[in-house]
Amino acid sequence: MSSFRIRSNDPIAPSVFRMEVEAPDIAKYRRAGQFVIVHPSGGRERIPLTIADADPVAGTITLVYQVVGRTTAEMALLPAGGDLGDVAGPLGKPTHVENFGTVVCVGGGIGVAPSHPIAQAMKSAGNRVISILGARTADLIIMEREMRLASDDVICVTDDGSYGRKGLVTDALKDLLDDPSAPVNLVVAIGPPVMMKAVSELTRPYGVKTFVSLNTVMIDGTGMCGGCRVTVGGKTKFVCVDGPEFDGHGVDFDGMMRRQRMYSADEKVSYQAFLKEHGCRLEERIRELKRG
Amino acid sequence: MREQDPLERRRNIREVPFGYSPEEAMLEASRCLLCRNKPCIEGCPVAVDIPGFIDLVSQGLFNQAAELIRKTNCLPAVCGRVCPQEEQCQAVCTVAKSHKDQAMSVQIGKLERFVADWDREHPVDGDGDRAVKPTGRKVAIIGSGPGGLTAAGDLADAGHEVTIFEALHRTGGVLVYGIPEFRLPKDIVEFEVEGLVRRGVNIVTNVAIGKSKSVDDLFAEGFDAIFIATGAGLPWFKNIPGEDSLGVYSANEYLTRANLMDAYRFGDGSDTPIMRGKTVVTFGGGNVAMDAARTALRLGADESIIVYRRSLAEMPARIEEIHHAQEEGVRFELLQDAVEIVADEAGWVTGVTCQKMALGEPDRSGRPRPVPIPGSEFVMPCSVVICAIGNGANPILTEATPAIETGKWGNIVADPVTGRTSMKGVWAGGDIVRGGATVILAMGDGRRAAESINEYLRTGVW
Repeated sequence: MSSFRIRSNDPIAPSVFRMEVEAPDIAKYRRAGQFVIVHPSGGRERIPLTIADADPVAGTITLVYQVVGRTTAEMALLPAGGDLGDVAGPLGKPTHVENFGTVVCVGGGIGVAPSHPIAQAMKSAGNRVISILGARTADLIIMEREMRLASDDVICVTDDGSYGRKGLVTDALKDLLDDPSAPVNLVVAIGPPVMMKAVSELTRPYGVKTFVSLNTVMIDGTGMCGGCRVTVGGKTKFVCVDGPEFDGHGVDFDGMMRRQRMYSADEKVSYQAFLKEHGCRLEERIRELKRG
Repeated sequence: MREQDPLERRRNIREVPFGYSPEEAMLEASRCLLCRNKPCIEGCPVAVDIPGFIDLVSQGLFNQAAELIRKTNCLPAVCGRVCPQEEQCQAVCTVAKSHKDQAMSVQIGKLERFVADWDREHPVDGDGDRAVKPTGRKVAIIGSGPGGLTAAGDLADAGHEVTIFEALHRTGGVLVYGIPEFRLPKDIVEFEVEGLVRRGVNIVTNVAIGKSKSVDDLFAEGFDAIFIATGAGLPWFKNIPGEDSLGVYSANEYLTRANLMDAYRFGDGSDTPIMRGKTVVTFGGGNVAMDAARTALRLGADESIIVYRRSLAEMPARIEEIHHAQEEGVRFELLQDAVEIVADEAGWVTGVTCQKMALGEPDRSGRPRPVPIPGSEFVMPCSVVICAIGNGANPILTEATPAIETGKWGNIVADPVTGRTSMKGVWAGGDIVRGGATVILAMGDGRRAAESINEYLRTGVW
C-alpha cells in the first residue's frame, strides 16, 4: 500500500490550511484543473480537493483546504511526518489550455488555490493572465504571492475594503470587461457557487467564454456513483469525469447549490461530535496562524 | 437452508441464510446422482468439478472438496452466495430433470458456500501453499472486482508477478461497494483478498489507471500483459423531470454509501450520511434494485417499494432475491413506470408520479414491451428515490487509451473467447465489456483472459 506522508500542514488564513503531501505519481501526472479524493482514515468521508500546486521533482502535491466539517477538521490535526491516509488522483479532466489571448482568473476565498495551477498553465501557454483574488476580508486573501508569480497582474478585492479594492470580484471583473483597449478572451472563475454564478451572469452579455470549476459531493470520484451530477446545458453531467470544469453559461447553479445542501444537517452532526472531542486541539491549530 | 427470520433481518445487516451444518451438507450432497454426463459442469461459467466436490462432501471430506473447487474457482465463498445457480449449474441438474422441478435440483450453490466457509473456518496446515516456479513475467490487472481477482489468482498460480491497481481505497470492487453485507459479508471478501496477497499478488489502491499512469506507462514499467476489469460505469437515470431533487440516488451511490462507506453506521464510526426516508421507492427489477430496496429497510424505512415496468415474470433479478425481498416486506408495484419525481419548494422529494403499463408485443429483448395506459397517472408519496436501471461504461481508461476499440456505448470490444482487445498485450472482461452482468460472468472472463495471457506469455503470439 502506498503511503501519503505529510511534509507540512500549516494554517495560512483563518481556518484555511496548506498541506504538502508526498504523492510522487500524482505530482508527476497531474495537470492544471485536476483534483484528488482524500479519505484521511477509515470512517471518514471521501472528499474531493483541487490540487493547488505540485513539485514533480520532490514528488509532492500541495492541497489548500478550509476547515468546514469533520473530514477537513481531522486533516487540520494531522502532524507533519504523519500519513494522510488515502489519496486518489489526479482525477477529472484537465483545464483546456491554449493561447486565448487575455485570460482573467477569478478566485474567491479558497477558490484561489485551484486557480493557481490554471493561471500558471495559461501563462506558460502565452496568455496575458490577470488574476482577481476576492475574499470577505484581508485575512482571507490567500496565495497572493504565488498568484503574482503566475500572473501579469493581480487585483485583490475584499467585501469590507480591508485590503485592496472594496467590493465584489464581479465589480473588478466588470471594469476589465468594459475596457475597450484590452479585450478579455476567457474568464476562469473558481470559488463559492454564488460567486461563480454571478461571474457567469456578468460575462454572458459580453459573450466572453467562462469556465467554472465545480466542487460537488463525490464518493468514488471516478465515474461510478453519480452523486456529483449536475445539469449543464440541460443535460446531466458528472463533475468527476465530465468536469470539474464546465462552461459557466450552461451550468444550472441553482440546482447544484440545492443539491449541495442535501447533507447539511448530517454534516453538522458529524462536525459537532468531532468538536466535542477535539474542538480545543482544532482551535489550537487555527491559532497557530497568529503566532506565525 | 435455515435463514434469519424476515421480520428480524429486515432491520439488521447480518447475512440472511445461516448456512448448512456438516450433517445437512452431507445429506444434501448425497442427493447428487453423480450422473455420467455432468451437465452442471457445462452450466458453470468457470467449469467447477461439481460432482467431484459434492462426492467429497458426501464423504465428509470438506477441506478436500474446497481444494478441488479452488482448482477452477478462486472465490467459492463469494460464488456460493451470489451466483445465479438456478440459471446455470442447477438449471441443468439431472435430479431436477428427473423430478421435472427446478427447485428439486441439488443445491450446488449452498454446498459450495458450505465448503468454502468450512475451509475458511477449519484451515488445514499447508493449505494453499503451492510451490510455483516464477516465470519472471509481469502482469497488471486494472480493477480489483471479481474479474480482476480471478485473473490475479490464476496468473499468480502460473508463476507470473501480478499487480492489481484499484481506484478505491478498498479492494474487491463491486463485492465491497455494491453487494450488501447481508448478501455477502465483507470479511469473506477480505479473506479471499488476503489469500491472493499470500500467494504473492501485489495490490495498489488509490490509483485510477488512465488518469495517473497510462496503459503505455505500465508497458514501459515492464508489464508484459494487462487485463482491464474496471467494472460498471456511470449510472443511468430515467431522464424524467425532478431527477435532480434532493433524495434521488443512483443505486450505485446509495449502495456505495451504505456498503463501502458504512453509512448504516452513521454517527457510530462512519461520517458518510445517507437519507433515511420513511418511504423509499426504487426503480428497476434487477438484483441491484433488490439490494437497494432491501438496504432501505435496514436503514429504517417503514416502506420500501419497487416500481417495475413489466410483471414479476419478466423481472431480471434472481428468484431468490425477489423472494427474500418479498419476505422482508418490500412492496412490488408492477406494471407501472415513473414519469416524474415530485418535490417540495426546497427541492426535497415528496413523491413519484407513476403511470400504469400494459404488456404489449415482445421487444428486441424478447420480453413483452411495456405500453403506457393514458390517463392512468397517480402520485406515490415517498421521500427517497433510488434509480436502479443500469450503468453505462466507465470512460476514464478508454478515453486515455484510443488504441483500445470501444463499442457504441463506450464498452471495450473484447474477443468473447480470449478477452483480447484491439491493443496488443491488453485483455478486458467483466462489466466494462459486457455492460451490467454478473459476478460469475466477470469471473469467467477473468479466468479465460488469464488462460489467454498465459498462452501469449508462453508463445509470444498475439
